[in-house]
Amino acid sequence: MDRDDKTALEDQISENLKRAFGQRGPEELPDRFRDLLEQLRTQDDAAGAEKGSDHGER
Amino acid sequence: MASDESTATARKATDSGKATDPRETSDPREAIVAHLGSMRAFALSLSRNDAEADDLVQESFVKAWKNFGTFTPGTNLQAWLFTILRNTFYSAWRKRGREVGDPDGIAAGKMSVKPAHDGQLQMNEFLAAFAQLPVEQREALALVGASGYSYDEAAGMCAVKVGTIKSRVNRGRVRLVELLHAEEGGYSEMTDRATSAVINSALKTGSLG
Repeated sequence: MDRDDKTALEDQISENLKRAFGQRGPEELPDRFRDLLEQLRTQDDAAGAEKGSDHGER
Repeated sequence: MASDESTATARKATDSGKATDPRETSDPREAIVAHLGSMRAFALSLSRNDAEADDLVQESFVKAWKNFGTFTPGTNLQAWLFTILRNTFYSAWRKRGREVGDPDGIAAGKMSVKPAHDGQLQMNEFLAAFAQLPVEQREALALVGASGYSYDEAAGMCAVKVGTIKSRVNRGRVRLVELLHAEEGGYSEMTDRATSAVINSALKTGSLG
């Protein structure tokens, strides 16, 4: 593979990485996430919005 | 990256000052929502399919929401979310008995198809090649190459040395080039463009939304 081909291929790889796995703007979420968000908000309203008492994940 | 405007009923995940729900602006945890799209994208690099990726995002979202008190305001929220996500992924991974570095049983064997006409890769060829990389290389390429984190940031998120991230990125890229380009003396008979075109059109060209 000559140098030009290799560079073109590497550029394509970079571009495809971003397209496939890169940053996404705010997007329309599937129902499962919108429903989940509603549940999380509602749970907190009911429980009195307890914050930060868990130290599970950093 | 533009929002799909086809579904009028869906509420936008974030607002730019036009929130109709007061909870959206008063609760700092709402800031997580703007990153869910990027979390899904990152999850796709780790997981093997869309459903598994969304399960991972869901679990991570809940953890982040419930443990938001451990997030230091003013630091990089997305990096914090991505760290939760990858830690969640690897916990499940280890429970399944996988060694980090295990290519996860994806069919080995090279993709020895030349890049499409005019040097353009078909996205699905790229994805098939990417799926053959070991998970730690996929993760490194996703963080550094796709999401734009620095080597230092990625090293912090993955709890490894900077040199390790660099090595994973380099090895991953070398392997992708190998997989995506015909070997020397390999498909020389496929330099016929017509033949290549037939082969390439036979591949599905799905696009990622």
